[in-house]
Amino acid sequence: MPMAGSEKRNQTKPLWLLAELTYRCPLQCPYCSNPVEIAKYENELSTEDWFRVMQQARAMGATQLGFSGGEPLVRKDLEQIIAEARRLGYYTNLITSGVGMDEDRVKAFKEAGLDHIQISFQASNEELNNFIGGTKSFQHKKHMARFVKELEYPMVLNIVLHRKNIDQIRDILDMTVELHADYVELASTQYYGWSRINVDQLLPTRAQLDNAEKVAKEYQEKMKGKMKVIYVIPDYFDNRPKKCMNGWGNIFMTIAPDGTALPCHAAGQLPGLEFPNVRDHSIDWIWNDSPDFNKFRGLDWMKEPCRSCPEKGKDLGGCRCQAYMLTGDARNADPVCDKSPFHRKLHDDVERIGQLAGNKEFDEKPLVFRNLKNSKKIIKEKETSTV
Amino acid sequence: MAETYNTEDIPQIAPTFRFQWEEAQGCFVVLYPEGMVKLSPSAGEIMKRCDGQATVMNILKDLHQCFPDADLENDVYKFLEVAHANGWIRKKKSD
Repeated sequence: MPMAGSEKRNQTKPLWLLAELTYRCPLQCPYCSNPVEIAKYENELSTEDWFRVMQQARAMGATQLGFSGGEPLVRKDLEQIIAEARRLGYYTNLITSGVGMDEDRVKAFKEAGLDHIQISFQASNEELNNFIGGTKSFQHKKHMARFVKELEYPMVLNIVLHRKNIDQIRDILDMTVELHADYVELASTQYYGWSRINVDQLLPTRAQLDNAEKVAKEYQEKMKGKMKVIYVIPDYFDNRPKKCMNGWGNIFMTIAPDGTALPCHAAGQLPGLEFPNVRDHSIDWIWNDSPDFNKFRGLDWMKEPCRSCPEKGKDLGGCRCQAYMLTGDARNADPVCDKSPFHRKLHDDVERIGQLAGNKEFDEKPLVFRNLKNSKKIIKEKETSTV
Repeated sequence: MAETYNTEDIPQIAPTFRFQWEEAQGCFVVLYPEGMVKLSPSAGEIMKRCDGQATVMNILKDLHQCFPDADLENDVYKFLEVAHANGWIRKKKSD
């Protein structure tokens, strides 16, 4: 091999591999992070494809492996995939709604070597949980969470927060204490895809956030050493953007159900990407050489105000998807940053929703649930609008 | 309160953590949900011996044999305390 080529090679490794095994899901959460075009993904990777992907990524240093979806439990070969992942030396994370789980399966996963289970809850009471998820799942989730702890798995409970459930935060945290969670992720809704469609109904008010932050802090103190509470305020309310994905093509790789490799699970919406597929390319080529993974790597792609910003290394200009959605150009600064010329507009929008929240008519606008029917409708609308 | 370890205690890796050698990192690591801590060579050597069988005294003896020039007693006790506080290890309960 010529030495010149190896000098140029990037030094990063895909430490975190997210395997979106399927977009099929029994739930219909209106803030789902999956693309709105889920109906287009029919040709799922085979068991052998996943084995190959996992082997190649592991050889490059991947350590954390997340099984996600959709609902990964829908895949009948999940036990096989877990066993192979464990054999390869991954730390394996199952990210699930708990729907489709039963005691036998949790035991089988343990035997296969699964390291950790993360269960999502939609709320702390049955009615809202089942409404948001679009399924009767609350009691079952609780039962499964108890069983997961019985088998001594480390357990993360994940609750996506938004205007309709954020005032329950105390009850939510009490529930996670009662279920003996090791970690609680109070995940603020991120407004991409489905949740962007529903932003008027989901965005919390500033008063709600202040309360939630106070309660989260209280539990962080109270549960120190027993349960770790992770709470991050939604970035729409901030003045500096998040270091999204810890940098583009820096540690993270997502594989969509059809084998498309992405630097982040929301990146599919960005224009100008070529979407390399693991059916055609090796993980090594995709990570190191594909145009997509190099597109926003490092600092050279930046425009002003990022290019000359002293903080550019700290947040890398924020989120490319958010920049694209809110400014039309993925190379712009994330408008969460108050140095962005688009920040004012985002701020005004947040204020507008904050003022309308609580207004009955505004709040009762129906949510667009994440399901195949709505996905097909959205795809059709997009196609007719671009013709 | 920091938990101290005595010579007769038997440390073991807590079931909610995983400890292994990572070739790509060139070091021992502790893995937990969605996270990883890289260990220094000496910390790795100590953790490696927390197998739920060896007492702290056995671990010290073994380390002295492998690294005769090192004065490691204090380091071992200190590391066990830190590892315990992080939840990586726990004391095996005597049967």
